[in-house]
Amino acid sequence: MKKNWMKVVVVALSCMMAVAMTGCGGGSSSSGFEDGTLKIGTAGPLTGPAALYGVAVKNGAQLAVDEINASDPEFKLSFVAQDDEHDAEKSVNAFNKLMDEGMQVLAGTVTTAPCTAVAAEAYANRVFALTPSASGPTVTADNDNVYQLCFSDPNQGIAVADYIAANYPDAKVGVIYNNADNYSSGIFDKFKSEYESKGKKIVAVEAFADDANADFTAQLNSCKDAGADMLFLPIYYTPASNIMTQADKMGYAPTYFGVDGMDGILDLEGFDTKLAEGVLLLTPFTPYSEDEKVQAFVAAYEEAYGEKPIQFAADAYDVVYALYNACLEAGVGPDNTAEEICDALIKTFNGGFKYEGGLTGDSMQWNSAGEVNKTPKVCEIQGGKYIEK
Amino acid sequence: MEKIKTPDTKKLLKKAGKGAYGKEALISYGIVIIGYILLKLGAATGIIGFNLQGQFVPICVYVSLAISLNLVVGISGELSLGHAGFMAVGAFTGIIAARMTEGVFASGNTRLFVAVIVGAIFAAIAGFIIGIPILGLRGDYLAIVTLAFGEIVRNFMNVLYFAKDENGLRFAFNHTIPGIDNSQRIITGAIGATSVQKTASFEAGIILVLFTLFVVLNLKNSKHGRGIMAVRDNRIAGESIGIDVKKYKLMAFVVSAALAGMAGAVFGQNYSTLAPIKFNFNTSVLVLVFVVLGGIGNIWGGMIAAALLTVLPEALRQFADYRMLTYAIVLIVVMICTYNPKIRARFSMLIDKVNPFKRKGDQAVTEGGGSDE
Repeated sequence: MKKNWMKVVVVALSCMMAVAMTGCGGGSSSSGFEDGTLKIGTAGPLTGPAALYGVAVKNGAQLAVDEINASDPEFKLSFVAQDDEHDAEKSVNAFNKLMDEGMQVLAGTVTTAPCTAVAAEAYANRVFALTPSASGPTVTADNDNVYQLCFSDPNQGIAVADYIAANYPDAKVGVIYNNADNYSSGIFDKFKSEYESKGKKIVAVEAFADDANADFTAQLNSCKDAGADMLFLPIYYTPASNIMTQADKMGYAPTYFGVDGMDGILDLEGFDTKLAEGVLLLTPFTPYSEDEKVQAFVAAYEEAYGEKPIQFAADAYDVVYALYNACLEAGVGPDNTAEEICDALIKTFNGGFKYEGGLTGDSMQWNSAGEVNKTPKVCEIQGGKYIEK
Repeated sequence: MEKIKTPDTKKLLKKAGKGAYGKEALISYGIVIIGYILLKLGAATGIIGFNLQGQFVPICVYVSLAISLNLVVGISGELSLGHAGFMAVGAFTGIIAARMTEGVFASGNTRLFVAVIVGAIFAAIAGFIIGIPILGLRGDYLAIVTLAFGEIVRNFMNVLYFAKDENGLRFAFNHTIPGIDNSQRIITGAIGATSVQKTASFEAGIILVLFTLFVVLNLKNSKHGRGIMAVRDNRIAGESIGIDVKKYKLMAFVVSAALAGMAGAVFGQNYSTLAPIKFNFNTSVLVLVFVVLGGIGNIWGGMIAAALLTVLPEALRQFADYRMLTYAIVLIVVMICTYNPKIRARFSMLIDKVNPFKRKGDQAVTEGGGSDE
């Protein structure tokens, strides 16, 4: 009996493997670089807990690549995304894999810690990199060829501190942040120093150490006891949703302020979106914007992938267009080597290259450190939508 | 130990021990050297691309970790789930040591050597401190405590800040160091170490593996090693003939920790950045999987498993979206195949059939640690 059972398992597993292998063989049209095109690669978490971001970047970039290929008869692009599981070691592996395949420009990577490791490799191999979403300050340090399209974490912290100080001068601000996450602690550090430099005081600072943390009663209680009427949450949307739910149960109703990691909270399954009413957040992109370009992008994205794009998808879309425009301006293309493109693009980006009409900012420019300059937007959630303030 | 054996049995024991040692050492060292030559040839001729070349050092590190964990799990017979913790101690102290000696030693290899030594020392200290109170525990309890230790190390690293300025090393706990610019930072809490100068090389990795092998194999085949195994196989019998149980358990644990620290130091010197999150529970379990897959107590089996399981996820990149699914399936199939007695018997029959050096009555016993303690 046991012998038969084992046989069944082995046969079933072998069948699954066979199916998996043949399944991949079929859909090869979108994977792999094509000759005669500008080979743009990225690495991001396509599996694991951060997969939402990697998949969004992959989809957003692919959409832009397809659009450009359809509209430009001369300059063709091809795009490959490799999985890095949000791990620095795997990300370097993914980068090397892309190098093996002949990548010319890196549109990544997606998350900060892996991107920092890959940035060093990209620097050593002279490959130009424009990351859509790796917002940490370490990404652009120690190199001359890695640029960010998103706000860096410190700049987000500063922008929020300025906004609160200017618009809510009497607020008693409490903070709950993830001290085991460099994104969260990076924003918090700058927020704290900027806010305190304005003579303001944060009434309560509470930390937790894992995004999987489910119980925030202790943190919320001490914020409540300290009299905080505004809670700054520089964290991702999953823990933020737990905080809002638990605060509601406690009868504690502060005004919440989030950053770009909060994006996605309205689409979270099992979360009562009424609790998010009145939440303020700093985000460069909202799918509910009245803007024509954004509407067109959202419609195309929904048609292609069956869901609303998040900020990461818009960032990636902008990255591809920014790279495309910069290559045209610099006069480099598919025939140049990665190193030639890298040198030309560094000159272009440092030389006042302006990317106009992006989804995540009207006019973007870069400084030589690699940081982007665009106007931050603050939105308020009203009626289940982001309304720009 | 009392001298109760007659010279005859002593000689026999020595001979038997030497034979097993010779074979195991030959296979283990052979795998490393042949692997090195093949990979070097592949890289030189261009058969091996960037992707695999980039994994040379991690492969060496994981192989070395598998060997050192085998000392605790296989030879000492204790389940440890905190190996990544020792690796983390070695990696971060190694990074600090390498940064502090930047002005002293111009050569990257010397700094790497310093990092490895410092990493080993600190990991050994950590192993000693954690080992003393917990080695009285057995089985599951030890596993739980080592698991907790690994998490404590990681969370401790999350709030630790180190920097180097003209006054020397500065450190802070739970807040950033004021007045430090980016180039002076060494470790920044959860962000971890940044701007690390890469000094690790494939050769250094191979030397690490050979050294780890040398230590573990020699320990295993020494008087102390037999003491460790005697305690594993039967604690009470061991105690009754005067073997100091705590001493031998601690010895295996500390040596294993020091070797893990060395591997961690090389790993830390191979990437420009290293975050504490890398050393979470998953990494400990991954190393344990290498050991279990290779056969608990089987040194070279663990080495092969470590190398294969490090390369496998990369080799499966062509499966794109199905990559991790395929990885999991391969792992399950391999685990079932290597642990099913019927399939194993069939495999060893096959090997015997094609093995020209087959000796009569030579049974293919590859596992050392079959104790149920």
